Amino acid sequence: MENLKQILADALSAVAASESESALDDVRVHYLGKKGALTALLKQLGNVSAEERPKFGQMVNEAKDQVQQKITERKASLAKAALDAKLATETIDISLSGKGQEVGGLHPVTRTMERIETFFRGIGFDVAAGPEIEDDYHNFEALNIPAHHPARAMQDTFYFNPTTVLRTHTSPVQVRTMETTQPPIRIICPGRVYRCDSDQTHTPMFHQVEGLLIDENISFADLKGILQQFLNVFFEDDLKVRFRPSYFPFTEPSIEVDIMRTNSKGEESWLEVLGCGMVHPKVLEMSGIDSEKYTGFAFGMGVERFAMLRYKVDDLRMFFENDLRFLKQFK
Amino acid sequence: MKISENWLREWVNPDISSDDLVAQITLAGLEVDEVLPVASEFSGVVVGEIIGAEPHPNADKLQVCQVSDGVDVFQVVCGAPNARPGIKIPFAKIGAVLGADFKIKKAKLRQVESFGMLCSASELGLSDDHDGIMELPAIAKAGEDFRAFLNLDDQIIDVDLTPNRSDCLSVAGLAREVGVLNKTDVTPVKITPTDVVVDDAFPVKVEATDACPRYLGRVVRGVNVAAQTPLWMVEKLRRSGIRSIDPIVDITNYVMLELGQPMHAFDLANLSGSIVVRMANKDEKIVLLDGQEVALRSDTLVIADEKSPLAIAGVMGGEGSGVNEATKDIFLESAFFAPLALAGKARSYGLHTDSSHRFERGVDATLQERALERATALVVEIAGGQIGPITHAVSEFSLPDAAVVTLRRKKLDQYLAMSIDKDLVTDILTRLGLEMVEVTDDAWTTKAPSHRFDIAIEADLIEEVARIYGYDNLPSSMPQAAVNFTPLSETKAQIQVMRSILVSQGYQEAVTYSFIDPVLSKQFLPNIEPVPLANPISADMGVMRPSLVPGLVKAYLYNQNRQQSRVRLFETGRRFIGTVDALADLDQQQQVAGLIAGTRHAEAWYHGSEKVDFYDLKAHIEALFALNDGGKPTYERSSCEFLHPGRSADIFLDGKFVGLMGELHPQLSKTLGANQPIYVFDIALDAVLNATLPEYEAVSRFPEVRRDLALLVDRTVPVSELEKVISATAGDAFKNVLVFDVYQGQGIDETKKSVALGLTWQHPSHTLSDEEVNNSVEKTVAALSEQLGAVVRG
Repeated sequence: MENLKQILADALSAVAASESESALDDVRVHYLGKKGALTALLKQLGNVSAEERPKFGQMVNEAKDQVQQKITERKASLAKAALDAKLATETIDISLSGKGQEVGGLHPVTRTMERIETFFRGIGFDVAAGPEIEDDYHNFEALNIPAHHPARAMQDTFYFNPTTVLRTHTSPVQVRTMETTQPPIRIICPGRVYRCDSDQTHTPMFHQVEGLLIDENISFADLKGILQQFLNVFFEDDLKVRFRPSYFPFTEPSIEVDIMRTNSKGEESWLEVLGCGMVHPKVLEMSGIDSEKYTGFAFGMGVERFAMLRYKVDDLRMFFENDLRFLKQFK
Repeated sequence: MKISENWLREWVNPDISSDDLVAQITLAGLEVDEVLPVASEFSGVVVGEIIGAEPHPNADKLQVCQVSDGVDVFQVVCGAPNARPGIKIPFAKIGAVLGADFKIKKAKLRQVESFGMLCSASELGLSDDHDGIMELPAIAKAGEDFRAFLNLDDQIIDVDLTPNRSDCLSVAGLAREVGVLNKTDVTPVKITPTDVVVDDAFPVKVEATDACPRYLGRVVRGVNVAAQTPLWMVEKLRRSGIRSIDPIVDITNYVMLELGQPMHAFDLANLSGSIVVRMANKDEKIVLLDGQEVALRSDTLVIADEKSPLAIAGVMGGEGSGVNEATKDIFLESAFFAPLALAGKARSYGLHTDSSHRFERGVDATLQERALERATALVVEIAGGQIGPITHAVSEFSLPDAAVVTLRRKKLDQYLAMSIDKDLVTDILTRLGLEMVEVTDDAWTTKAPSHRFDIAIEADLIEEVARIYGYDNLPSSMPQAAVNFTPLSETKAQIQVMRSILVSQGYQEAVTYSFIDPVLSKQFLPNIEPVPLANPISADMGVMRPSLVPGLVKAYLYNQNRQQSRVRLFETGRRFIGTVDALADLDQQQQVAGLIAGTRHAEAWYHGSEKVDFYDLKAHIEALFALNDGGKPTYERSSCEFLHPGRSADIFLDGKFVGLMGELHPQLSKTLGANQPIYVFDIALDAVLNATLPEYEAVSRFPEVRRDLALLVDRTVPVSELEKVISATAGDAFKNVLVFDVYQGQGIDETKKSVALGLTWQHPSHTLSDEEVNNSVEKTVAALSEQLGAVVRG
C-alpha cells in the first residue's frame, strides 16, 4: 500500500516535470506500460489476501486512470504552449493599412442631386431627362417666352443658330413630358443647364432640378406644403421659409422661396433658394393639357447652390475644376 | 431702379419704418436688392461762404481762404483751384468727422494755420467728383447744417423689378403699390397745363402707327439752357443714379423717374420740315448721343425729320439733333411706343437705356399728355421759354385696350385652397386700380387700369389677390394623389449602382464642361467636326464635346500639375456629334467615361510602384458590364485616333459598337504634357446600364473535371480565338475555360507565345468518365492545331 502511494506520487510528479511529448511517452511506458511500475503492482495481486484483493485492485486501477488523465492533460497543455509560442512568432503590426483599392467618391453635385431625387421619388415623382441642345420652341416659346420677351434677357442664352440653343433650364423636359403624357404628371428633371455668364458667382454650366406636378385640384397650398417639407428634409432642419411673389413667364402666380440663414456672427438673413409657381394656363394649353380641368405647379432649384449650403463650399468654381484635393473631401 | 426713400414718401407716407417699408415692398414681389446711404457718414459740416482768398505765401497751389459760417470767419488753407470769394461750399469745421473716423483738427499747412476743411463732393460720398470743392447754389444759407440743407437723412432703395411690373418703374408707380399695401392715400404731384403763349406748332407725321400709336410734341421757344438745374432736382436724379447734364435733359429724366414716361428733347433749330415717325430705311445711318455711328435695320422704328433719322425711337437720341449749349428753342417729345415694336431692338444694337428698358416692358399708354404738361411746367419754372400748343398724333385703333378679365370664385378658391371673403377680394382689386364691371357671388368682372397692361387672364387676378393677401398668409398642405405604381424593371440597372462600382474601384467622379476648346477637340478627333457655339463664353469653350475623354484628360493634367500623380476619374454626361441643322438626328448620347493613370494602388507599405496598364482598365470595364449581367461585350482592335494603336479596343455589345478603351496615344499624351501613360474609356451609358433578368438553371450534382493544356501558338493569335475554338469543340459537357498563364520570351520561339489554359467539364446527369473527357480534350487539341496552328507543349 505504501508502495502504491509512493509510485503514484512519483508518476504524477514525473508527468508534471515532462517538457515534451516524448518525455511524457517515456513516463507513460515507465508506469503504465506492460512492464510499468503500476502494471507490475497488479501482477502482485496474488500476494494480497483475498479480502483485500478487490480493494487493492481498485486502488491500483484508480491510480492508473489518474496518471493517464494527467498525461492527457499535460499533453494538451504542452501542445497549447507550443502553438502559442508558434503564433507569438507570427505576430504582425495591426496598425498598418489594409491592402487594396482606396475607395473614391461621388461629385458633390451628384450627391446633392441624389438627395433631391430621393425626396421626390419617395413622394411618387418620376425622373425625366431630355436633350441639352434644344430648339427655341421647347426652351422658350412653349414656356410662354416669345421672341424678344424681356425675360429672355434675364437668361443669357448660348446659341448655335437663331433657333437652336443650349437649354437655359431643364423646363424643356417638362414641356416634352406634357406633350406626350396626360395628367396626372409627377416628374422631376435633373440635369445640366447653360447660361452665357461667367464670374465669381456664375459658371457657364450648372445643374438644376426642376419639378412638375399636374393633376386635378392642385393648389398653391400643395406647392407650399411640398416645398417646405422638401427644404426641411434636405437640410435636416426645421427651417424658416418665406414665399415671395416674383415673376416667371411660365408660372402665374410666380413665387421665389427664401430660407433664413444665420451666419457665424448670429446675424440672420434671407437667402433665395427656389423659384416656383402655378403653371401658366397658356403653357398647359400649348402642350395640349386642358387648363380648365387641370392645374399644377412647377419649381426649379440650382443644385450647386444647395451643395454649397449643405457642404459649406464657398467658391462655386471649385465644382468644375475637378481638383482631386477638393473631390476627395466627398467620400 | 434706384429711388430716394424721401421722394417716395413725398407721394405716400405710411406710418412704418424704413426697414418695414423695404420688407413690405419685397414681399409684395418688388424685390429690394439693396438699401444704400445717399452720402457717406459725416457730421459737423455746414454751409460756408468764401469771403476772401489770397495766394498761400509758401505754396503755389494753395490758397488761404476766409470762410464765413454766418457768424464767425475762419481761416482755411485750401488746394482747390475753384476756391474763390463769393461761392458757397460745404465747410467741415474743427471737430467735424468725415467718414467713420476722419476728424478735422486745427492744422498748419506750410506755416499757415488752417481751421477746418472745404469739401469736394467725393469727400462727402456724394459723387466721384473730386475736381475741386463742391459749389452750392446761392440760396444756401451760410451756417446751415449741410446734411439738413441737402436733405441727406435719406436712403436709396434699389428695387429689382421683374419684367411684368414696369408700372412700378417710377416714383408714381411705386407709390401706388405702397398705397395699396398700406391702405394709405397717395398724393400725386399736381399737374396743371401751362398756358400756351406762342402758336408755333411743329408738324408730326406718324407713318408707323402700329409701332407708335401716340406721339405728342410741343415747341418751347427761348429756353435758357445755361440755367442751373435746382439742387433738389439734381439730388433726386443723383439718388437714382443719373448725372445732371443741363436743365432740359435733367427735366426729361426727372419726369421719367417721377411718372414713368421716357421723354426726349430736340433742338428745334436742327429739325427740318416735320417730325416723321417711321421704320428705318435700309442703309440709313445715325450717329447716336454716345458718339457711335450705327447702321440701322429696317425693323427699327426711328424718329426722323424730312432729311434724316434723328433718334432710334424709345432707345437713344442722335448726336446732331439733341439739346446743346447753343440751343434756344426746343421740341419736346412724349410718345407711346408699342412694347412689341421695341422689344429686343436696343439689345440688337448693343444698347440698353432707361428709356428702352421702360418702353420694352411697357409704358402706360394714357400717360403722355400728363407727362408733357409736367415737363412743360418744369421747363418754364427752371429755364423759362414760351410755350407752344401740343401736337397730337394718335391712332386710336392701335392703342392697347383695357383688358376685361373675369375672376371666378370657384377658380380662386381652388387655386388658393381657401376662400377669401368676397368684400376683401373686391377691396384688393379695387385698391389695385381695377374697375369692377360686375361683381356677383360667383365672379368679379374687372377692367384693368391702363398702367396694369400685364393683367390679361384670370390667373393674373388670382396672383394679384394672393400677392396682396400675402403668400405667407395662404394655407399650406400636402397634395392628395392616387398611389401610382410602375413596374420595377430589372433589365435596366440603376445608375447609382454603376457609379458605386467605379467609386469602389477608386474613381472620383468629375464634372467637366460640356464645351471644350475646338483645338483640343481636333487633337483628339481630327475627323469629327464638333458642334460650334455661336456665342461662346471664350474661345477655349467654343465647341460641344464630341467625347468625354478630352475633358477628363484636361482634368488629369490639372491634377498632374498639382502633384497628384495617381488619378482615377469618371464622368457621366452627354457628348454631341452631328449638326444642329438636323437637330433631330444630332447625337446627344449619354456616356460614361473614365481615366486612370499612375500606380495600381495608392503608394503604400505592401507593394512596389507598378503602374496601371490596359488590363487594370479592362477589369473596370468588365465590372461595369457584369453589373446586373448586362451581356458580355466583345473587344476588337480600335483604330480611334486618340488611342495607342496596339493598346486599345473598340467595345461591342451584341455586335453593336458601344464604346472604346485603351491607352491614350503616346504622341498626344506627350503633346499635352502628360508625364506618364493615361488609360481612358468612353462607353454609351445605355449599354452599361443594360441588364438581364436572371433565370435559374439546375446545379449539377456530379463532379467537375479539370484538365490543363499548355499551348504554343503564334503571338498574333488572340487568346479569344483559342477560347472560341475550345467552346465550339469541347463537347456538350464543357463548362468553362480559363487562362492561367501567358508567357513569351526566353525558352520559346520568338514568334510564339505559350498559353496555359484550364478547361472544366461537368455533366448534368452523370459522372464523366476519363474516357469521355480524354475524348473531348483530343478533339479540342486537334481543332486548335488545325485552325490556329497551336501545338501542345510537351
